[in-house]
Amino acid sequence: MPLRVAGVSKTFAASDGASVQALDDVSLEVRDGEFVSLIGPSGCGKSTLFQIIGGLLQGDRGTVAVDGNALNGSRRDIGMVFQEESTFPWRTVLDNVAFPLELAGLGKAEREERARRFVRLVGLDGFERKFPDELSGGMRQRTAIARTLAFEPRILLMDEPFASLDEQTRILLGDKILQIWRELKQTTLLITHNITEAVQLSDRVAVMTYRPGRIKRIVEIDLPRPRSSEIIASAEFGRYVGLLWQDLREEASRGMADAERTTA
Amino acid sequence: MRRGAGPVLAGLAAVAGLAVALEMAVAAGLIGGFVVAPPTAIAGAMPKLLFEEGVGRAFLVTFASTFSASALAALVGIPAGYLLYRHAWLGRAYENWIAALFSAPLILLYPMFLVIFGRSPAVCVAMGFLVGVIPVILKTREGFLGARPVLVNVARSFGAGEAEILRKVLLPAARPAIFTGLRLCLIYAMINVVGIEFLANLGGLGFLVGEMFDRYDIPAMYAALICLVLTSTLFYALTGRAERWLGGR
Repeated sequence: MPLRVAGVSKTFAASDGASVQALDDVSLEVRDGEFVSLIGPSGCGKSTLFQIIGGLLQGDRGTVAVDGNALNGSRRDIGMVFQEESTFPWRTVLDNVAFPLELAGLGKAEREERARRFVRLVGLDGFERKFPDELSGGMRQRTAIARTLAFEPRILLMDEPFASLDEQTRILLGDKILQIWRELKQTTLLITHNITEAVQLSDRVAVMTYRPGRIKRIVEIDLPRPRSSEIIASAEFGRYVGLLWQDLREEASRGMADAERTTA
Repeated sequence: MRRGAGPVLAGLAAVAGLAVALEMAVAAGLIGGFVVAPPTAIAGAMPKLLFEEGVGRAFLVTFASTFSASALAALVGIPAGYLLYRHAWLGRAYENWIAALFSAPLILLYPMFLVIFGRSPAVCVAMGFLVGVIPVILKTREGFLGARPVLVNVARSFGAGEAEILRKVLLPAARPAIFTGLRLCLIYAMINVVGIEFLANLGGLGFLVGEMFDRYDIPAMYAALICLVLTSTLFYALTGRAERWLGGR
């Protein structure tokens, strides 16, 4: 199994001295070439799980394994795309994409050639010499995705990469992600709170509970491939969205009630 | 991004406009010629400064002292600022004290430095360093603190070690703030270097300004002041070039 998350738990100490359990015994598997989304309400520990899988945070219990090898610390096999704007503003698009190759010690000519391939893949050819502040938010996120893909990771791990974009751009970028996924056959785990995005892109969607985060249910998305955003108009698509919302509604309501209690 | 000649021409036009206005104001008697020399008289005094008063050598002395003081301040201040960032408790313990020193009139310590170093350019370098290192420390720390954590996480996710994170993420992210600190350092260092040259007759442009004033050669004094402004402009341009050379935009 390319990615196996087994029994991961994490508890944080709150500022008032109490402890908050963010994750409780989370287990999940992603098969070779599969696109899996992890969906949950705000505060369910999605980003904590993202950091634990990516090796930026240590879980209290449980393991993360790639191809059967349990991993510790930062993972060469897992490429992360972050929710926040994460391009280096002092580097051009090409230099941003070449960054992991530079760390790997590749020569300038080789890393530029490889970086150009991934710039083309995300549809940014012609923008290689632009700086991030000369690009739109969607183009900056595509640069970040190209940079992670240039790392050629076994697993692509994305944490709400389009969260800051408007709905239409997000749907269109979903098409781009599907095209890249088809081309690279990249095993992908997407963390999101957006149901439409999860259904549009995924083979399976894992629903998380509100705090502590657990896997509540895994839904197989049996929609035809290759897909495009046009599938959003189909009745089947609507059925999956409705099904997932039924699961999420209860969790999101718990989250909202908790937030209101805390701020009261 | 292409830098046009427009801004340079606009700057020169403003200086020329001010010079014409000053010339007319002095000629009309609105400003006393004993206090402010007209620009034509200042320009006329330039050859004298160049060929009789050794302004070239004075420039070199002031330039060397200011440059040495600032280079030392950068060598000490940037690592110190990084330490204050890296060890948060150090930052909390010392930031206020360092900021308080910044507002203290440190130039008044010059007699002590004269006693320590004797009447030599080392006094100017030491004083310039003392006032210049403070903004470098404070702005460097500010720059590192302003680096967004997600950029560090990106590098870490690609397996970068601490040294690579410092070199490829933190330093470039902090570069604009560090250069702001270096520009402030140059300004304060030069003010102090010139001040000490003036007060302790230690040569350089500061001494030349004082010498011309003592002789009551007002046009030559203003000409020496203009040389000071040009030196400062040169430093500013050099800093900008250094920043671009290091990858700034």
